[in-house]
Amino acid sequence: MPQTETPVVLAARGLTRQYPGVRALDGVDLTLRAGEIHALLGENGAGKSTLINLLTGAQRRDGGTIIVDGMEIDPDGPGGAVRAGIAAVYQEITLLPNLSVAQNLYLGREPTRWGLVHRAAMNRDAGALLRRFGLAIDASRPLSDFSTAVQQLIAIARAVDLSAKVLILDEPTASLDTAEVQALFTLLRTLRDQGLAIVFVTHFLDQVYALTDRITVLRNGRLVGERRTADLPRLELVSMMLGKAPTAESHLARRPATSAGTGAPLVRAEGLGRRRLVGAFDADLHAGAVLGAAGLLGSGRTETALLLFGVETADQGQLMVDGKPVTLRSPRDAIRLGFGFCPEDRKLDGIVAGLSIRENIVLALQAKRGWWRRLSSAQQHELADRYIKLLDIRTPDAEKPIQLLSGGNQQKALLARWLATDPRLLILDEPTRGIDVGAHAEIVRLLEDLRDRGMALYVISSEIEEVAAYSDRVLVMRDRAPVGLLEGDSITPAAIVNAIAAEHHTGGAA
Amino acid sequence: MNALIRTLAPRLKAARPQLALLILALLVNVIVAPGFLDLRMQDGRLFGGLIDILNRGAPVMLLAVGMAPVIATRGIDLSVGVIMAISGAVAAAAVNAGLAWPLALLAALATGLVCGLWNGLLVAVFRLQPIVATLILMVAGRGIAQLVTEGRILTFTEPHLIAVAGSTVAALPLPVVLALAASGLTGLLVRAAALGLFVEAVGTNPRSSRLAGVHTGLVLGTVYVWSGLMAAMAGLIAAADIRGADANNAGLWLELDAILAVVIGGTSLYGGRFSIGRSVLGALVLQAMRTAILRAGLPPELNLVLMALVVAAVLTQQSPAFRPLAARLAARLKNKEARA
Repeated sequence: MPQTETPVVLAARGLTRQYPGVRALDGVDLTLRAGEIHALLGENGAGKSTLINLLTGAQRRDGGTIIVDGMEIDPDGPGGAVRAGIAAVYQEITLLPNLSVAQNLYLGREPTRWGLVHRAAMNRDAGALLRRFGLAIDASRPLSDFSTAVQQLIAIARAVDLSAKVLILDEPTASLDTAEVQALFTLLRTLRDQGLAIVFVTHFLDQVYALTDRITVLRNGRLVGERRTADLPRLELVSMMLGKAPTAESHLARRPATSAGTGAPLVRAEGLGRRRLVGAFDADLHAGAVLGAAGLLGSGRTETALLLFGVETADQGQLMVDGKPVTLRSPRDAIRLGFGFCPEDRKLDGIVAGLSIRENIVLALQAKRGWWRRLSSAQQHELADRYIKLLDIRTPDAEKPIQLLSGGNQQKALLARWLATDPRLLILDEPTRGIDVGAHAEIVRLLEDLRDRGMALYVISSEIEEVAAYSDRVLVMRDRAPVGLLEGDSITPAAIVNAIAAEHHTGGAA
Repeated sequence: MNALIRTLAPRLKAARPQLALLILALLVNVIVAPGFLDLRMQDGRLFGGLIDILNRGAPVMLLAVGMAPVIATRGIDLSVGVIMAISGAVAAAAVNAGLAWPLALLAALATGLVCGLWNGLLVAVFRLQPIVATLILMVAGRGIAQLVTEGRILTFTEPHLIAVAGSTVAALPLPVVLALAASGLTGLLVRAAALGLFVEAVGTNPRSSRLAGVHTGLVLGTVYVWSGLMAAMAGLIAAADIRGADANNAGLWLELDAILAVVIGGTSLYGGRFSIGRSVLGALVLQAMRTAILRAGLPPELNLVLMALVVAAVLTQQSPAFRPLAARLAARLKNKEARA
């Protein structure tokens, strides 16, 4: 690790990007020094992808400056960023699998002879380039012949060869096994020692500590802070990511312990799991009680919900409903049992954009009733208007396309969709993500109200304080497996952060 | 009566562009052939230019009725023209083999059903891209039809089968009645039952639809089966019309007409909102244009060019990039007028 401060290669100041209704990035700074690996960390919606897109010119910024080697740049597309010395490699490899390795490496800048591609020279150069990256492979073979890990290295070789100042790696280890991760790390350390500035995006904290020199943490589109990795304890890092000081008392009062959740559970998961998705976990869901789930992005928290709602089918363990074993093969199975699910990605998995608020609200109930027992127009309007009033959805009328609503109101409409089916268990994944502060509190109040009326709730959230305030039990996930279950008075934000951050050495990628 | 007006009024309002196009096309007909609008009663059947357009347009109306829900699920059915040929061939072969006419009709419709099931299986279960999945049958289907007809034009004299195109019901040719009845039945199926909502939800966002409990596979399968059934009916009409099954030419390129009709009807090829009524109007617009060109004595080849122009106009008008451009142009024109 470099002990003295090396020169700054890239300085981004006050980067801002506005989307309709939401500021995805709000005055964020990023400083990259030559010969350092810099971790860029944050939960979903923190603004990591937006920041990368602004640096690579994939999106235009609305404010701020980017200075590379003392020159202000304004990348207006990937080409401009590459000329300025910034290249990115994404988790999903963006090379062309049907072309040869050499063709991929020199795409758009093929060596020519007499105006034609000089194939022999290209293969020769490619071989030499790859050997510098520790790859002894035949560059004339198609890219698809090689494993994901090798393709990843080829992508890095291309990026570094194109522009060797700043290399951005977006979750490069997500699909690699432990040995492949080690090979990648060795290469990255070599590149660092050659003076490259590397941005490393990951959600594996072990890898952050194993590899990086410096850390920048984003949260909700804002910069939380920049620290040297060696000076930042894991507990503090998790706190920065989750926006909670580990020592401070919660400002949300915890509700007094009740008898809720002591009787026989409505739904019980015993060692439920699925290979390559999430390790076996136990969960008891009681009527009138909230089971919270906490963990970082990629911890397996969302995957528990996918199994409980039948989106993915479990291949181990047993799910019991009312004491009887059940197998969920599809969401429809879960809905028949009286489950509902508000997914994390509202836009992709939640709302049906283009349809009206009314149609979005009645969809689950209508699907439950089947094709022939159609809700009449009058029933649909009555239902939609009732929930618009009940949940205070801000819209002039129910016929507006749902995508015109704000995030908070979309979330309420999705809640309405499930409440209309009169569910016994409601599963909510990040119900308050990307929602402004006012609507935030409203959603939490709604959830508490539902619980008090006897519904079983399973709430996954990275809002640690909220989870601690309304949960009767908290399941803590890490590295796709459960690591703890907090109950009663032991549920404090600090305890949750501690459980998430606890030191462990499993080698990173699964 | 009031309830009927309440349901029809917003639909007519939404169909204004299609109605305007149809009226325009009919006007051209009136210009090239005075007396086009005349209707006369003869032997208990109405005759006239309008009836002609309905009658000639019936097969594409049927195809469009089946195609609209398919396109609304973000799919496409390229095989409907071929299904027409196969079902016509099956009906002809059946009566020629001595099968009773009701059985021959049923066999033809069953053929369409099986073809639709095949498409639905490929799309809903094996998750093939609809354009590729239905291309398979489009390519193979002519061969299948030729196998059934043994490579000849299979003529028949069975009077009941011929009556599918030639008889009269309520003063209208039977194909018109069949097409209108199928439109009505389909409209009822999608709007009075919940299928329409499911089709639009699946076409807009299959992931959230599945999470909301919609049986996406069943919805997808159903629209392809229905499309196959409509195509079989169109195939019966086409075969009855020429009193023979022509494996090579029956329904040739009509899948394109059906897609055009649905697009003119305002359904986006990206799925989502659709309307059976407007798709039927789209089919009638196409037929009115075709008739006008024939009556004007212009070469029929011109028809293809004109149709392409209409489609280009309709699609541009729907394009999100075009609207601000048009608004700017309109504003500039207005400014010029104000200055003048």
